[in-house]
Amino acid sequence: MDDIHQQLVQMVDKMPAFPGSVNKVLQMTSAIDCAPKDLVQVIEHDPVMMAKILKLVNSAYFGLSREITSIKHGVVFVGLNTIKNLAISIATMGMLPKTGPAGLDMNEFLLHSLGTASIAKLLGKRLGVTPDKATDYFVGGLLHDIGKVVFAQFMPQEMERALKRVESEGVSLSIAETIEIGADHAQLGGMLAEKWQLPHALVTCIKEHHSPELNNDSNKVLDCVIAANIIVKQVEFGSAGNLIEDRLPDRVSARFGMELYELQNSIRDLDEELEKANAFIRI
Amino acid sequence: MLKFTFRGVRGSIASPGPKTVKYGGNTTCIEVRTDNELIILDAGTGIFPLSQTLFPEFPLTCHVFITHTHWDHIQGLPFFIPMFVAGNRVKIYGGQDPITGNGVQEVLSRQLEYAFFPIREAELSAELEYISLSENQVVNIGDAQVTNVLMNHPAINYGYKVTCGDKSLFFTGDHEWAYNIYDPDDDDYQLFEDHIAQKRKSIIDIVRGVDVLIVDTAYTDDEYPAKKGWGHGSFSSSIAMAREAGVKHCFFTHHEPTRSDEKLEKVFQDALDEHPNQSGDPEFYLAQEEFSFEL
Repeated sequence: MDDIHQQLVQMVDKMPAFPGSVNKVLQMTSAIDCAPKDLVQVIEHDPVMMAKILKLVNSAYFGLSREITSIKHGVVFVGLNTIKNLAISIATMGMLPKTGPAGLDMNEFLLHSLGTASIAKLLGKRLGVTPDKATDYFVGGLLHDIGKVVFAQFMPQEMERALKRVESEGVSLSIAETIEIGADHAQLGGMLAEKWQLPHALVTCIKEHHSPELNNDSNKVLDCVIAANIIVKQVEFGSAGNLIEDRLPDRVSARFGMELYELQNSIRDLDEELEKANAFIRI
Repeated sequence: MLKFTFRGVRGSIASPGPKTVKYGGNTTCIEVRTDNELIILDAGTGIFPLSQTLFPEFPLTCHVFITHTHWDHIQGLPFFIPMFVAGNRVKIYGGQDPITGNGVQEVLSRQLEYAFFPIREAELSAELEYISLSENQVVNIGDAQVTNVLMNHPAINYGYKVTCGDKSLFFTGDHEWAYNIYDPDDDDYQLFEDHIAQKRKSIIDIVRGVDVLIVDTAYTDDEYPAKKGWGHGSFSSSIAMAREAGVKHCFFTHHEPTRSDEKLEKVFQDALDEHPNQSGDPEFYLAQEEFSFEL
């Protein structure tokens, strides 16, 4: 596993972002008066750009005196121009294929990630978190499955076999990945997030979104991401290759004081939020 | 003892000529002296006249802190004579380029590439050392300390605070206070405001109570709206900063290259008239080449 990890850490630096955001970043930034908020919105909707920019602004060699937890935060603390140029440098690396070589549909994956992000943020607000903190919930949801993109890009054959195993054997993707690769996307994504020095809450969301039992200290962001991930699969918004689950882990349902369907039905803005995510990536 | 001398006060591009004789046409460079140490803030064209005064001190050790690597802050560096003379030690400090990950050495050594300059870095006889700084890192230089805070400019720009005993000064380098990129009726407006307030506090906390603030004041308030986002301050933003941080003396610098001495004095006076003296206000001055101030 250590070997795989080392190889991937190096490869991920060269990983391109999603086609829609690459096109939009290049198009927008070719105009000198590009609206900053539009650029920020594009970056905030691409898990690869988001992860790579957070990685860069939080890296030790850059040495910022505080953790940067969102793109907006980054814009204020390291400057708009730096964030813009980071986005351009990522965009010029090329773009992920629409359907990855492993057979993971990147558009569906993006919808799943965005859907989870939006719902996690709604759930966070419902638990009473401030707008500042609600951003962490969105970012946690957006990045929770980042390990899958990495597998699909760099270990396409193994990932394809894992995806097929989910279909044919009805096992979870985590189990299938562990059989085929020796680790699942949560473990791998978590290791990358640690290596990238992403904020602690994000590392936890990525590493433990399939294993809430690992987390002894109660973590609101993680619980919201776990719930959002399950809800977004329930409503079949996008897909990231995993099975649909029909219940929340005990700790998560205890957090909200209700079971999955009740929670799902109680989110008033659910359809509206998902439609926004859908509309954004189809522009 | 803490003393400084302006060696370059002009922004963007050197602007010599009869209209800028009084305040000077060299780009940014500030010579800072403690009892035994020479600290230089930025290496604009003003570092060349400074270097002409240093021969009697050879062999010397000096510490050059670069706020950021835009041309007007580094253009004099290849002409910094102490670098050519064996026995001198020149330590150059600055931030890293987050886009490429390159440290201050890689950025500056490109200035000495064949196409740009006839002498290669390897041919410089002095002992050169490059130090890439992380934010808030403290550098001890004799009995002085230099620390930094990330400002807001279209480049990584560190403002530097030099402290020696109970005296201190702060130089912003180039800086524009961050502004909200959202409209007041956007959902994210307030969140962004909160980030801006947090960032402002992180800067003011470091500047608070310094004896001298040297602040980028490129624009008048009338000029600023057309230059918003270019990364520079205005008289109003600088006066507000000086007041908020409770400094004792405030020097406006980074003068617009097209501004004549006469016009500079006029816009300065206009700004003072628009911001009548309040209790606790610092003394305000225009930075002027070769002007020295001992704290």
